[in-house]
Amino acid sequence: MKPNFTKRKYVIISIFLVIGLVYIARLFYVQVYEDKYILSAQNNVVRKQIIYPSRGLIFDRKGSVLVANDVVYDLMIIPNQLKSIDTNRFCNLLSISKEDFVEYYTKARKYSPYKASLFLGQLPKNEFAYLQEVLYDFPGFYVQKRTLRRYPFPVAALNLGDVGKVNRRDLERDQYYSLADYIGKSGLEKHYEKELRGSKGAEYVMVDVFNRVKGSYKDGRFDTLAVQGKNLYTSLDLELQAYGEKLMHNKIGSIVAIEPSSGEILSLISSPTFDPALLVGRKRGENFYKLVKDSLKPLYNRALMATYPPGSTFKLINALVGLQEKAITTESKFSCNGPISTPIKCSHNHITPLSLVNGIQESCNPYFWETFKSILSNPKYKNTRESYVSWYNIVKSFGLGEKYNTDLMYESRGNIPTAEYFDKLYRGRWNSLTVRSLAIGQGEILTTLIQLANMTATIANRGFYYSPHLVRAIDKPENLTQLAMEKNQVLVDKRHFEKLIEGMEKVTQIGGTAHRAALDSIPVCGKTGTVQNPHGKDHSVFIAFAPKENPKIAIAVVVENAGDYGGTWAAPIASLMMEKYFYGEIKRKNKEKRILEADLIPR
Amino acid sequence: MRQRKSIYHNIDWWLVIMYLLLVFMGLFSIYSAVYNPEHPSLFDRSQRYGSQFVWILTALVIALVILMIDMKFFTSFSYLIYGASMLLLVIVLLFGKEIAGSKSWIDIGGFSLQPAEFAKFATNLALARYLSGLHINLKKPKNVIIAATLLIIPLGLILLQNDTGSAIVYVAFILVLYREGFSGNFLILGFVIAVLFVFTLMVGKYLVLGIIVAITVVLFIITQKARKNLFTLFGMFAIIVAFVFSVDYAFENVLQTHQKTRIEVLLGKKTDIYGAGYNVNQSLIAIGSGGFSGKGFLQGTQTKYKFVPEQSTDFIFCTIGEEWGFIGSTLVIILFMIFLIRLLFVAERQRSAFSRIYGYGVASILFFHLAVNIGMTIGLAPVIGIPLPFFSYGGSSLWAFTVLLFIFIKMDSYRLELL
Repeated sequence: MKPNFTKRKYVIISIFLVIGLVYIARLFYVQVYEDKYILSAQNNVVRKQIIYPSRGLIFDRKGSVLVANDVVYDLMIIPNQLKSIDTNRFCNLLSISKEDFVEYYTKARKYSPYKASLFLGQLPKNEFAYLQEVLYDFPGFYVQKRTLRRYPFPVAALNLGDVGKVNRRDLERDQYYSLADYIGKSGLEKHYEKELRGSKGAEYVMVDVFNRVKGSYKDGRFDTLAVQGKNLYTSLDLELQAYGEKLMHNKIGSIVAIEPSSGEILSLISSPTFDPALLVGRKRGENFYKLVKDSLKPLYNRALMATYPPGSTFKLINALVGLQEKAITTESKFSCNGPISTPIKCSHNHITPLSLVNGIQESCNPYFWETFKSILSNPKYKNTRESYVSWYNIVKSFGLGEKYNTDLMYESRGNIPTAEYFDKLYRGRWNSLTVRSLAIGQGEILTTLIQLANMTATIANRGFYYSPHLVRAIDKPENLTQLAMEKNQVLVDKRHFEKLIEGMEKVTQIGGTAHRAALDSIPVCGKTGTVQNPHGKDHSVFIAFAPKENPKIAIAVVVENAGDYGGTWAAPIASLMMEKYFYGEIKRKNKEKRILEADLIPR
Repeated sequence: MRQRKSIYHNIDWWLVIMYLLLVFMGLFSIYSAVYNPEHPSLFDRSQRYGSQFVWILTALVIALVILMIDMKFFTSFSYLIYGASMLLLVIVLLFGKEIAGSKSWIDIGGFSLQPAEFAKFATNLALARYLSGLHINLKKPKNVIIAATLLIIPLGLILLQNDTGSAIVYVAFILVLYREGFSGNFLILGFVIAVLFVFTLMVGKYLVLGIIVAITVVLFIITQKARKNLFTLFGMFAIIVAFVFSVDYAFENVLQTHQKTRIEVLLGKKTDIYGAGYNVNQSLIAIGSGGFSGKGFLQGTQTKYKFVPEQSTDFIFCTIGEEWGFIGSTLVIILFMIFLIRLLFVAERQRSAFSRIYGYGVASILFFHLAVNIGMTIGLAPVIGIPLPFFSYGGSSLWAFTVLLFIFIKMDSYRLELL
């Protein structure tokens, strides 16, 4: 008889049950106890897709678009999904070299083999349209829509600023940004970055193992919408800005035009300039390098950053201080001995003695020396130093030697020397003679052109100014900024301005230093300046406002190394600018031609 | 002879119902695993679920046919069926087409068949026939050798097809041999070998050797019996030491690279989740993300979006784990356990040794598939490509399992008519 092994069934059942129990225990661990798999599953499946808002537009004061958006397409790569592709064909499509391909690929792979990274940025629409047709041949690549800046007019590059990829510091400073985002790098783009950028939206989608989108995650419960960037309404006058840039062609210098009643900047020109479109797109890096290397420094905003002694234009301030301090009256007369005057000689041939109006008209150095001397030896004060402090305070109240801190990027402060400075320099022993250069706006005093323009606007306003600024409104044209709501009152009474302005008006009339600045029917008040320049030929400076009553424009012009005094180059440029502003067209073609053809760049 | 009863007479409905339950759960799992919103119909033949549905219907027809065949057919023609099946395996080797590195498919009029699947029931029949012989005793080496030969022939042929998974299944018959009197020491030996193998690879041979030396010394000191049988003790010691050394050698030189990496990944020696470990890692993520109660029918993302490879065939358990969670996957395991124990129970009530042995064969084969397949998806077994019975997509395996099972159900329904 065969032996009976029936009992062995229990062993076999036990084996079955042990395995069953072990598996259930394992399932408990994997499914209930351990959390990491749930997270991994989400990482697998859920992709956060960033929706980029379009950046706010920038308008000029009349509603023309200065900065618009273009849709471009970034070619993204997921290195792991790259199959064997026809590299030659691919490189030809994108017009890149094989070395480029390897370089971009390696870079992307280094960042992450299975996450998307930028392969080639900013494909124009036509390239994208063609690429899209054949992209299925190249698994591992996809295209992401982006907006890029477009400039309908090639003007105001430095004012508008540029947009570029975020750098490490941007990323550290602001959590909003992530790698390959764009950020305003200079100008308004930088100053108003938060307003212009809007806010990114996110869309959570589910993807399959090939990264193909399969649908929204949890019916879009976690999605956020992108908020479009806010528009900027600037005070710039497109036509005036463009015309000024044209006039300044082949000249080094700048023009600032301000609406006196509001402090709004009508044009802010630094020459030489460049087409803002150069800093957009794939050639950006290359072009930027060229601009940096340019010996004429087109990236340097001379209107805001270059500091010059104000020269004779500063005589206006000394006159106002003198009147305010009662050191002189409008009728005070000083004599001029022409070239043999001391301590400052006069190169102009004019009547003598002269009063305030003629002094300004003729820009007479001896007259302003006497004025300055009277200010500093004012019996009101104990000594020169105290008089000087008072002079200093009044000068500073004009916004000279100060930054406005509105929306102008990279302003220079300039310099109005303090009493302490002279104490130190001259070891406490100084008087009006020691600092006599200040009488005619030379010496230690340094101003920027925007400060001169603002000074002009202040005189035009008869004693107050609103800080110069570029943006009037944000988001909607009626949504005015709070930037320059504060009226800055200068320390000179309104009544002292009239005679001064009378003198300024004479400047642009026959016999004045800037008869070239006159307009037929609109009275222009101006003042020339010649700024001595230790490095080369003198700079030509001119400031003006018009009309005399209810001024609409205050302008300051500097042409570096023009070699002549303010009336020769700066005054006609200012005059043409005003003609353009008031009439919209230029009738004085000869005058315009002379400026346009002039090449004043020292070589 | 008694009057012929209806073919449904005496059928074990428990097994049939559980079979149907498993098969249809499988169908819905496949539906969910490869769900295509553009073809939402379960019966869409362009989709895998549509095909599987057709295979289920044909499998039911096959089951019906088996129930109608005279019981004597299987006993009488056991060896013939076995022979035919082995011939088919040879034909596959000669004329089969290669899919994914394995030459295990044969084309019959545009219809692919996997003979290895059918070799299982054929071998089971032949083994049952041989072991039920009156004078067979598995204590006799000759009988053991013949029984082993019956198993080694299909195993070898399938190995030649490069289908390691299907070949390894024949190891399952060790349970049948054990039930029929084969020494239990072999079961223990197999277990010890497996443990030694795993430990040697995990902690290195020198540590394992140290432990063995320590155990031998302790045995020598504390047990009198060990000292009496010095020869046996040192003999075993020598064999184990030799084995440990050969594990390293075998691992490095005998196994193929992908098999090596699979084992290394399983043992946690490699964590290359984008390479060899990808399958297991993704499978664990899918199952693990199901949590306690699962994501719900058609809500699985890992399987549907193809993060899990082979999600409708070898890794079908991932869909269950992900969509039905711990509750669902545990229920599936429990259902399988009840099914297997029911099989053993039914096997034990057979009057004929042939039917009993065949029944044990069915249970062992199903158990082995279940253990390896689910073990693989939860990281407890190396990745061996064998299907989960009744669940995995595929006509050949479903038909083969159906034939395997229903022959046994047929035998069982005859149990009372045998003397």
